Amino acid sequence: MSTIDTKTVKHVANLVRLGISEEEAQTFSGQFSSIIDYFNMLNEVDTENVIPASDIANAENVLREDEVKPSMNREEFLKNAPQTERGYIKVPTVLGEE
Amino acid sequence: MELTNLTIQEASELLKSKKISSVELTKATLDRIHNVDSKVKSYVTVTDELALQQAKQADERIAKGENVTPLTGIPFSMKDCISTRNVRTTCSSKILENYVPQYNATVTNKLADAGAVLVGKTNMDEFGMGSSCENSAFFNTHNPWDLNRVPGGSSGGAAASMSASLCNFSIGEDTGGSVRMPAGFCNVTGIKPTYGRVSRYGLISLVSSFDCIGPMTRDAYDCATVLEAIAGHDEKDSTTYQSAVPSYTQNINKPIKGMKLGISKEYFVAGMEAGVESAMQEAIRTYEKLGMEIKEVSLPHTKYGLPVYYLLLFAEASSNLARFDGTRFGLSVSDNAKDVIDIYLQTRHAGFGDEVKRRMMLGAYALSAGYYDAYYLKAQKVRTLLRRDFETALASCDILLAPTCPTTAFKLGEKTNDPLAMYLSDIYVVATNPAGVPALALPAGFSKDMPVGMQLIGKHLDEATLFQVGHAYQQVTDWHKRLPSLCHRR
Repeated sequence: MSTIDTKTVKHVANLVRLGISEEEAQTFSGQFSSIIDYFNMLNEVDTENVIPASDIANAENVLREDEVKPSMNREEFLKNAPQTERGYIKVPTVLGEE
Repeated sequence: MELTNLTIQEASELLKSKKISSVELTKATLDRIHNVDSKVKSYVTVTDELALQQAKQADERIAKGENVTPLTGIPFSMKDCISTRNVRTTCSSKILENYVPQYNATVTNKLADAGAVLVGKTNMDEFGMGSSCENSAFFNTHNPWDLNRVPGGSSGGAAASMSASLCNFSIGEDTGGSVRMPAGFCNVTGIKPTYGRVSRYGLISLVSSFDCIGPMTRDAYDCATVLEAIAGHDEKDSTTYQSAVPSYTQNINKPIKGMKLGISKEYFVAGMEAGVESAMQEAIRTYEKLGMEIKEVSLPHTKYGLPVYYLLLFAEASSNLARFDGTRFGLSVSDNAKDVIDIYLQTRHAGFGDEVKRRMMLGAYALSAGYYDAYYLKAQKVRTLLRRDFETALASCDILLAPTCPTTAFKLGEKTNDPLAMYLSDIYVVATNPAGVPALALPAGFSKDMPVGMQLIGKHLDEATLFQVGHAYQQVTDWHKRLPSLCHRR
């Protein structure tokens, strides 16, 4: 039986930039253990010399000329942005002082 | 005659012969939505104004006799993960609750060009993550055959809108059964095309290497008509096939005598509801009577389809959903945010539902240092084996037949507290997506008054054979014509 403790849950939550409460971490921890346990079933399969799948249909590179074409105008583009300033998307500090 | 119960083929005939107008048909559909959908709750957004405008344009096209396609003037609904310019597109998530795309998906454009009439966007499990539509952040959709039961998922709203006659066709999306499983639960026909046959441009991604947009309709003939209109190469999606789209209806009436129908023994195991099993046996007998040769085949890795599918889904989804960060579009929560990371953490905590959170975290786990080889890489290797299974089986027969689900529609709330039990309801539909092969779901009878679904699985790019074999079945059965009592007014 795999166990995924709350510390691991909080670690992966941080990897996907997800805020998480102590209570949520506990609920997820129980659920993850049984799901991961189920996945361990794959260990039964002999995959020696099997090439992992990497594409599903057309394994071809698709190339095109790098041409300048009209794109969405800035005003239209920014319509969905929560905060803008002078035609830019505004966010708080990205690089902290620490 | 109840206009909303018509097939596309029937409605199109009436439109072309000017016995009805698209405005009439569209108004009948919108009226029915406003009268009935409070019970079914299949629509997230109803686009009355746009629909009437498109209907009027369709009528003008028909009057002039210019550019009339089989879809001109036909009302349809679309799953709310496909972008529609100036129409809210939510993925049934709080994080996109007020998101209005500035551009159309290629599929949206193609349908508009064909003259089809968009009546609304349908409910789904949040970002396509679920098998019952109960993971919608907004509300549950009810199965039109029994309002206490789920419609299936994740295209549950699409299937329910079709089943309850709230449109004449619907556009769903199938990442691992999301068209076929609800089609089976709601007694409608639906296809997951070959991966790469329909452009994904403008589809909000769940699993980029599995996602397939596909129509849901009253019968196989209609399904062929809609797929033909939306399929094809798109320079904005480099995974689409260059090859021309064939006419799927041209040979649909050809006899299927002598063709080989494969039955995989791994799909008929313990745990299947008795009524589902007997419906499958009866369908096999029907095909036998139609002159098909029945062949037993083996898909030895079937039981690993589910873990492979979910592991790869978790991994790809955790990366795809990184774009919802509260800075460029969608929900943004920034209470006293000290830096940009804080906006990410708060927005994503408030904006995503539990299932989405679970899957993103499990994806990060499967991809993280120390576990990558054991989970992600292992799953990609077994995916190769799954794909070979289908190639081998389909080398000895033309088509495979399988159920879409081991049971009929379950009750609302029955599986919501047990994520793993919910995942297990996808056991028959998930393997086709990692393999990329097409599959057509068809109504196949009833078990205790609830619809049973079956699927035909075909070779890459061989949708024409799926439609031909599906159509032949629907010429000698009438399951697909049965409507829930909600629609009995004929």
